[in-house]
Amino acid sequence: MEFGPFLLLAVMEGLVGAAVLALTASGLSLVFGVMRVVNVAHGEFFMLGAVAAWFVSQWVPGPPGLAFAVALVACPLLVAGLAALADGLVLKRLAYEPEATIIATIGLLYILQQAALSLYGPEARPVPPPFEARLQLPWFGWSGYKLFVIGAAGAVLAGLWLLLSRSRIGLVMRATQVDRETATAFGIDVDRVYAATFALGAGLAAIAAVLIVPIQQAHYLMGGDPLLLSFIVVVIGGLGSLRGTLVAALLIGLSDGVISTFFEPTLAKILATLLVALVLVFRPQGLFGARA
Amino acid sequence: MRMIALHLAVLAVLAALQFVLPAYHHTNAARIMVLATYAIGFNIAFGYSGLLSLGHALFFAGGMYATGLLVDQGGWQPWLALVAGPLAGGALAAAVGLLALRTAGPAFMIVTLMFAQAFHLAILYWGRFTGGDEGFTLSGAARRIGAFDLADPATRYTAAFLLFGAAMLGCLALARSRTGRVLVAVRENEERTRMLGYDTFRAKLFALALSGLISGAAGATYGLMFGYVGGSFASIQYSILPLIWVLLGGAGTVLGPLLGTALMFYLIDWASSVTTASQFVVGAVLILLVLFAPRGLLGLVRDHAMRRLP
Repeated sequence: MEFGPFLLLAVMEGLVGAAVLALTASGLSLVFGVMRVVNVAHGEFFMLGAVAAWFVSQWVPGPPGLAFAVALVACPLLVAGLAALADGLVLKRLAYEPEATIIATIGLLYILQQAALSLYGPEARPVPPPFEARLQLPWFGWSGYKLFVIGAAGAVLAGLWLLLSRSRIGLVMRATQVDRETATAFGIDVDRVYAATFALGAGLAAIAAVLIVPIQQAHYLMGGDPLLLSFIVVVIGGLGSLRGTLVAALLIGLSDGVISTFFEPTLAKILATLLVALVLVFRPQGLFGARA
Repeated sequence: MRMIALHLAVLAVLAALQFVLPAYHHTNAARIMVLATYAIGFNIAFGYSGLLSLGHALFFAGGMYATGLLVDQGGWQPWLALVAGPLAGGALAAAVGLLALRTAGPAFMIVTLMFAQAFHLAILYWGRFTGGDEGFTLSGAARRIGAFDLADPATRYTAAFLLFGAAMLGCLALARSRTGRVLVAVRENEERTRMLGYDTFRAKLFALALSGLISGAAGATYGLMFGYVGGSFASIQYSILPLIWVLLGGAGTVLGPLLGTALMFYLIDWASSVTTASQFVVGAVLILLVLFAPRGLLGLVRDHAMRRLP
């Protein structure tokens, strides 16, 4: 293939990665923004979404499209419920103290990973895509499903933005983010807001995973890369800034896709980390972060 | 005085143990002492200075790879390479510190975790030199320093004991020194310490570099002692382990790292013999500690019995 079309292919693959990364990282960013909690187990919620989608694809009979639709609704809800449970059982009791919650989410990471290994096994398993479609370009054919992933991720992100900026729930969340105590004084049940935020963050990671799992197989260790990339994105974009997260996700997702296609995925991750070092030197608060 | 006597007594017990332990526990004890040295290094950053790094595997593996590669491919004398390991760990920590200490709190944890992950990926990427995930073994000649052969169990135990003893006494001296008090002040209230005229950035950078140096020394020694250098030592697992050891034993105590490392080592050893799900134990210990005993075992002792335990 010539260079031009090859670059186009790399950019298109990068867009798929960027879309999924934007979903995953916005979950992490939301949780940090509202709760000031760094969720190290975020990648495991992603992995749980993918693994749950595989189970759904085995249990739901009929066409793969039906199983996929069920998975797209049920898996994020399941993962969100689990996250809300973890919030109530552990994080709430730690009073959301930053260091203690990080250590607790590390513990959660080990437990979830071990649970997946014990219940699901060490194999990587494919999940069938909901439909077979082919996008024929003059130079190469492309999976129509990947186009769907980009569109679906964009729709979910638009919904998230509407939820945060237009709805009452979003207003309450933003109020809690700005000042927890004043929010309490105005009668907001902060504990419930936190539980809902943690669940929403985990659910976003699970949606991303259900979308990507027909392209990438489900595996119990698959949470590592999304966690690393989400951290990179959140630091570059500025901790707690959702807009920064989206811009950085596009940037990192695209460059990750292009470098992975031309060179190697490992090199792409190393370069992205070096980019973080540069950002920290020149703008420690991140591209869109407020100065502390 | 009583406190110094207590610490010397612990060292004396460790020195005496090698004559009574059966072979299996003899090897374990040597391993535990080197890993506890790593935990002491971690504790200087986390326990005394309040710097929660999630990327110490970078310094541990950095020291291990520096020594391992120099001996294996650089043709260096083992003793010279063993000196290079800690220096590599300290230099890496200083470089990471210059960047990561520009951030504080959660961002610091994320950034250290990321740098360590990048190092792990780099080891996998340049597998031609590093052996990638499988790593490489060190030849018998690479493990001989003068007349001492680290493959011999008795020599190995002595080497581990000397390393641990030096690190522990160094940590004790630091904890009782002026610098150590400044570090604790930074941990307790950085703003106030800065207001009192201390350069807190320099203090934190010093703590992180020293922590990296000790971690690198532990990594380098571990590689030579057991004759193996591998990518798994750079994985996130090895950044989390010292955190667990220190938390369990008691953060900001001199003896905590040894206690935590030994307990956790045998807990995992026992868990792997009764179940395949040993990671459950690690996760559960972390969550239970942070919920019910955030100061660790020696932290409890300090709160209730010995107020002046360093």
